[in-house]
Amino acid sequence: MKEGIRGIFLHGFMSFAAICVTVACLLIVGTFSCLVYNVNRMVEDLNKTSEVLVYIDTALTDAEAKSIGTLLNDVDNVYKSTFKSREEALEDFIADHDGNDAFSGVEAADLRHRFIVELEDNRLMEQTVDQIQQISGVAKVNAPYELAEGFSMLQDVLQIASAAVIIILLLVSLLIISNTVKLAMHERRDEIAIMKMVGATNGFIRLPFVVEGFTLGMVGAAAAFGLLWLLYNTMMDRLAIVDTLKLFTFEPFENLMLPMVVTFFGAGLFVGVVGSWTSIRKFMDV
Amino acid sequence: MIEFTDVTKAYSVGTKALRGVSMQIEDGEFAFLVGPSGSGKSTIIKLITGELKPTSGTVHVNGYSLERIRKREIPYLRRTVGVVFQDFRLIENMTVYDNVAFAMRVVGARHKEIRERVPYVLNLVGLDTKSRRHPGELSGGEQQRLAIARALVNNPSTIIADEPTGNLDPARSLEIMSLLQEINNLGTTMLVVTHAKDLVERFPKRVIAIDNGLVIHDGMDGYYHYENQ
Ligand SMILES: Nc1ncnc2c1ncn2[C@@H]1O[C@H](COP(=O)(O)OP(=O)(O)OP(=O)(O)O)[C@@H](O)[C@H]1O
Ligand SMILES: [Mg+2]
Repeated sequence: MKEGIRGIFLHGFMSFAAICVTVACLLIVGTFSCLVYNVNRMVEDLNKTSEVLVYIDTALTDAEAKSIGTLLNDVDNVYKSTFKSREEALEDFIADHDGNDAFSGVEAADLRHRFIVELEDNRLMEQTVDQIQQISGVAKVNAPYELAEGFSMLQDVLQIASAAVIIILLLVSLLIISNTVKLAMHERRDEIAIMKMVGATNGFIRLPFVVEGFTLGMVGAAAAFGLLWLLYNTMMDRLAIVDTLKLFTFEPFENLMLPMVVTFFGAGLFVGVVGSWTSIRKFMDV
Repeated sequence: MIEFTDVTKAYSVGTKALRGVSMQIEDGEFAFLVGPSGSGKSTIIKLITGELKPTSGTVHVNGYSLERIRKREIPYLRRTVGVVFQDFRLIENMTVYDNVAFAMRVVGARHKEIRERVPYVLNLVGLDTKSRRHPGELSGGEQQRLAIARALVNNPSTIIADEPTGNLDPARSLEIMSLLQEINNLGTTMLVVTHAKDLVERFPKRVIAIDNGLVIHDGMDGYYHYENQ
């Protein structure tokens, strides 16, 4: 334990470099994750607007039309269905075309009862619409296929890109920590040889180096977390000033804190311990 | 006890360092291992400490079968075998005391044991007054005594020395050899690799001579003159 911490001070520059790289990597990963998370959330919010409109046959009574809601909810991919009577639809219609005389003659009787249906997965929109059309009493379905597809693709791209960036940066940190520990072991190769000679177990020989890697990872994670917190809140403050229209809705950092702590320290632990372990293994077999 | 039966050792390059070595060294015995350069002496030592595995044959050391020992048993084998080298292999930035104590610490000895045992072995090798010095401040002979103290401190049943006097003048060599004999008298099995003919002649002990990977002589009748064969 003491040995490992001592090691960090002993090869100070390399340790400092390793921590800096870890901090930088985690910081980029963190910033990126926060950004992706928020963008993803906004996209999801927007995607809610790609609702499916289900028009009900005019031959049905009000009660019969309303009862179709339960059938709709039974369809697999349906998340939520909201009934809108023709009277409510007319009100919306008038509100939307406020002051436009061309539509002043429209009456409730000209419109149909309808359900506004939100799907769980917009990717399956086509199949779900097919299923809905099978329900008797459904006259017509209006589905915004292109919109939904666009949003889904955007989300896919975001997810893949962020996964790639995160993996690359983690590998970089891993490599750097691994090299730091390798250097530490190289510096103490004579001591290690003597330990082996007098019968120290491999576990005993390894321990200080694993502790060193672990500490490097943890210090890196803590520093990165603190910096990210600062950065995120500063950015939010700035944005709040500029974005008076509230176009962007950012999750407050406090809500992201727990997953971030877990991720950062998990990553620090992983990078530190795995990084040192791999270099030790190579070294110990000599 | 050290027992080699029909041991061969081929390095990956293909050179056969040992070509069928059989020998047995009983507990408490003192034996010299002699032979020309490249004959396979260091290879034998590395087989005893588990650093190498025999290509064929069996090697038994203090109850361990080296030809099939598991990796995690090797440290425990090594605690029964103290090793001393020509080049001392001391840790320069540790004191004399700490060089010895280090060997105990890394096998998990308790503080109390260390405090009792280290002065005892330093006294045995005649370094009790220099325990606060660093290896760089010691003469060659003293450095080798320190290495012997370290080999001894975990109370191994066997000590193996690979040319322990190779870097020392004749007087220092004699002192070291006397010290090894003294330790042997206390019950430790001793195997000493050496080139020093005059030393072997002054200590009438068993001599195992090897040449070109084979034992060519094994007996109590003094130094074996392999050059003349
Ligand atoms: N790691 C190795 N790889 C290949 N060949 C080796 C290796 N180590 C030793 N040898 C060869 O094995 C033979 C025996 O070597 P060894 O070191 O046992 O000799 P030695 O008797 O200790 O010699 P010396 O008196 O010079 O120390 C030599 O021919 C040597 O070249
Ligand atoms: Mg040799």
